[in-house]
Amino acid sequence: MSVIAPNFKFSEFVKSILDNAFWILLIFTLIGIPAVMLVLFYIEMPVINGELLTPFLALTWLADPSRTLPILKAFMTTDLFKIAAFPGFGFAALLAAGTIFIERKMLAKLQLRVGPFYCGKIEGILQLMGDGLKLISKEIIIPAKADKPIFWAAPVIFVATAAAFVALIPVAPGWVVADVDVGLLAVFAIIGFFPIITILSAWSSNSKFPFIGGIRALHQMVSFEIPLILSLLGVVILTGTLNLSEIVASQTHFPWIIFLPIGAIIFFITILAELERIPFDLPEAESEIVAGWLTEFSGMIYGLVQLGTYLKLYAFAALFVVLFLGGWTGPMIWPPFPEEIIKDGIVMGPIHAKIPGLPIFSQEMLNGVLWFVLKTVGVIFFILLPRGVFPRIRIDMLLSLGWYKLIGLAFVNIFIALGLLYAGVLGPGGIL
Amino acid sequence: MNKELPPGLALQKVDERIMTLNVGPQHPGSGHMRIIVQIDGDFIVACDPDPGYVHRGEEKMAEYRNYITNIPHLERPVIHDSCNILYPYVLGVEEILGLEVPERAKYIRVIASELNRCVYTMYWLAIYGIFLGHSTMFMWPAGDRELLIDLLEKMTGARVTHAHFVPGGVRNDLPPNFEDVCLRQVNYFEKRIKEYAAVFYDNPILIARTENTGVLSREDAIRLGTTGSVLRASGVDYDLRKKEPYDVYEELDVHSNVMKEGDSYARSKIPWLDMMESCNIIRQALQKMPKSGSVRVKLKPNPKGKGFDSVYKRVESGRGSLGCYIVSDAKPEPYRVKLSVGSFRNLIALPYLLKGEKLGNMPAVYWSLNYWPVEADR
Repeated sequence: MSVIAPNFKFSEFVKSILDNAFWILLIFTLIGIPAVMLVLFYIEMPVINGELLTPFLALTWLADPSRTLPILKAFMTTDLFKIAAFPGFGFAALLAAGTIFIERKMLAKLQLRVGPFYCGKIEGILQLMGDGLKLISKEIIIPAKADKPIFWAAPVIFVATAAAFVALIPVAPGWVVADVDVGLLAVFAIIGFFPIITILSAWSSNSKFPFIGGIRALHQMVSFEIPLILSLLGVVILTGTLNLSEIVASQTHFPWIIFLPIGAIIFFITILAELERIPFDLPEAESEIVAGWLTEFSGMIYGLVQLGTYLKLYAFAALFVVLFLGGWTGPMIWPPFPEEIIKDGIVMGPIHAKIPGLPIFSQEMLNGVLWFVLKTVGVIFFILLPRGVFPRIRIDMLLSLGWYKLIGLAFVNIFIALGLLYAGVLGPGGIL
Repeated sequence: MNKELPPGLALQKVDERIMTLNVGPQHPGSGHMRIIVQIDGDFIVACDPDPGYVHRGEEKMAEYRNYITNIPHLERPVIHDSCNILYPYVLGVEEILGLEVPERAKYIRVIASELNRCVYTMYWLAIYGIFLGHSTMFMWPAGDRELLIDLLEKMTGARVTHAHFVPGGVRNDLPPNFEDVCLRQVNYFEKRIKEYAAVFYDNPILIARTENTGVLSREDAIRLGTTGSVLRASGVDYDLRKKEPYDVYEELDVHSNVMKEGDSYARSKIPWLDMMESCNIIRQALQKMPKSGSVRVKLKPNPKGKGFDSVYKRVESGRGSLGCYIVSDAKPEPYRVKLSVGSFRNLIALPYLLKGEKLGNMPAVYWSLNYWPVEADR
C-alpha cells in the first residue's frame, strides 16, 4: 500500500515544531546540562573580576543567574571551544548537515519529486539524523584479504584531514582556530593529503573496483591541484600575504572576484573536481565501477567518509568566500545590541534584572558571521547545482580540461594580477 | 591432459597488464546479466556478455497451456512493453484460427501498442540517464511515464502487465470519454519530452561523451543482424511498421527516424524521436478510429488448430523486430512457440562495439543498444 503525502496544515506544522522543541529541550536537560557541568570541571578556568574561577565557584555562580554570562564568555575564549564548537568542527559540521538537507530538497525540487518528507515531521528535517543512526547501527564488513589497519585508519584520517582544513578558515575577525601566517600554504599542504588517503583506502581494500576508483581519484586530484594552486597565486600577488585573515581584511572595499574573475572560475571548477562532485564524480561512478573507492566501505566507516566529504565541501566553499568574495566583510545589517539593556538591565513590571556581561558577541562579529554564512551557502548552492544538470564526464576529457585548459587560463589570470600590480592599480601602494 | 578443450573452457594465457572485471549481475551498471570485461589500463581489450540469469523457460511453458491462457505469461519478458510482445503471438493465433478482427479493435491495438512503446522507452531512457550519471534524466522520464501508464490503466485495468490483446481483438472496449483524455495526455506528454532536449540531448557534456563512441557502421549493423533503433541509428531505414505493415499501420502515416552516425548518441536519440512519432501515430489513430462497434470476435471456449500448421508473425517493438513462430497441431495447446526478440540480436553487437573503448564508455555503449536483459533470456 502506498502512502500519500498529506496536505499541508498550519496547525499540524505548529504542532510538529512544538513537538520537536519539546524533545530537544528534554534531551538538552537530560544530557546537555550534565555534559556542560562535566566540561566545567575539566577545563582550565579563567580569571574573572580578579578571582580565579574554580570549578566549585563556577557551580555556585551558575546557581546565581546573573553570573552565568561572564562564565560563558570566558569559556568561549578557550581553545577547546574554538576547536570543538564555533569556528571549528561543530560549526562546520552544522553547515555540512545543512548542506546535505539543502542538497536533497533542492535536487528533489529540480527533479519534480518531494525528497525527504516524513522523518522529523517538518519536510524531513531529521532525515540526516535517521541516516546517521542507521549507519551507526549497521555492521561493518571488511573484505577478507584487506589490509585491515590501513582500511580502518583511512576514513578516520580522512575526517581528521578535512577537520584540519576547516580549522584554517577565518569566520569572523579574530575567530579562527589556527591563525597561521602561511595559511594558504597550509591549505595546499592539506589538500595534498587527500589523494594519498584515497589511494590508501582504495588499495588496502584489495578489491578491483575500489582500486580503479582510487587510481581515477589520484589522477583527478593530482592533475587538478596544479590549476588550483596557480589560480590562487593571483590573489597572493595582489595581497602580498599568505595569511587568510589578512587576505580577507584586504577585501574590505571590493572582493577580488571583480579583478580576478578567471581565477575564481578556475578555482570553482577545481573545487568541483577535488570534491568529486558531478560532473567530475569519476572516482565514484556507479554505473562503471560500482561506487569507486567507496565500494567496500560499510556502516559507520562509510558514514565517516561522507562526513569528511561534506566537511571538505564546506571548507572549499569557505575558502572560495575567503579568497574571492571577501569573507566576513559586508555592509552592517546586524542591529546593534540595545544600550538600555546593557546600562539598566531588563525592566518588566516589578522585575528589575541587571545582567552583567552583555553583549556576549560584538556587533561586528555577528555581522561578519552572518555575511560569511550567507556567502558560503551561496557558493555551496552553486557547487550543488551541477548535480541536477550535467552527466558525468570521461577521464580523458577530465585530464585534458585540467592540463590544457585550466592551467593555461591560470597563467592568464596570473598575468592579469601582475599587470594590475605593476600598473600600480592594486596591491601594496596601489591607487585603489 | 592432452585432451582438446572446447574454446570456452580452455585456459587463457594471462597477461600481467590485463585485469578481468566481472561487471554484473550484482552491479549497478549491468542489469540482470554479466559482462566479463578485460581491461588494459583504461581500455577495454575484450568483452564477453553473459546473459541468462533470468531465463524462465517461457517458450517451453507455452507448450503446456492452451492458446488463451498463454497470454498472461507470454508478456512477462517485457512487462513494460507487454502489448508489443503479445502482438505477434496474437496475430499468429488469429491466422491459425482464421479469425477476422473488427476494425475498431485494430485501432485500439495500435493505440495501445504505441502507448506501450512510449512507456518502455521512457523506462529505458531513465536508465540511460542514470547510467551516464545524470540523475535528473532518471527522475523526469520515470515521472512522466505515469501519464501514459494512467492511460493504459484506464484502457486495460492494469498498470504494467495488461494482457489486453486476445486472439480476435482486444479484451475490453475503451472506457467512455477515453479519446479526449488520451489526446490531452499525449499532447502534454509530447510537450514534456521535447523539454528533454534542453537538459539531456543538447547537453554539451552528454554530446562529448557519447559522440563517436561505439560506432557501428551500416555494413556491420546489417551483418551482425541488429534491429530496431540500433539499425536505424546506423543509417538503415528499416521499420516493420512501414516495411511490413500489420493491422492498420498501412492506413496511418508512419515516419521512421534514421540517423547516419551509428554512435551511442544516435542510438540514444532515435528512441526519443520515435516517441514523438508514436504520439503522432496515436493522434492519427484516434482520428481515424470507428467511433463504435465490436472490439472482439467471440471464440469457442477452447480453440484448436485445424491441423499441422505453422505461422511466423513479427512486429516492430520498442527494441526492434519482435517475431513469434507458432507451430500448431490439432490440439488446444500450441505445439511450439518461439519468440525471436530484438534485445538478443542487439546484444550480439556489444563485443564488437566495446573493443578498444574506454571503460567509462561501457555503460553509454551498452545501454544505447536498447537491450532488455529479461526479454533476451525469455
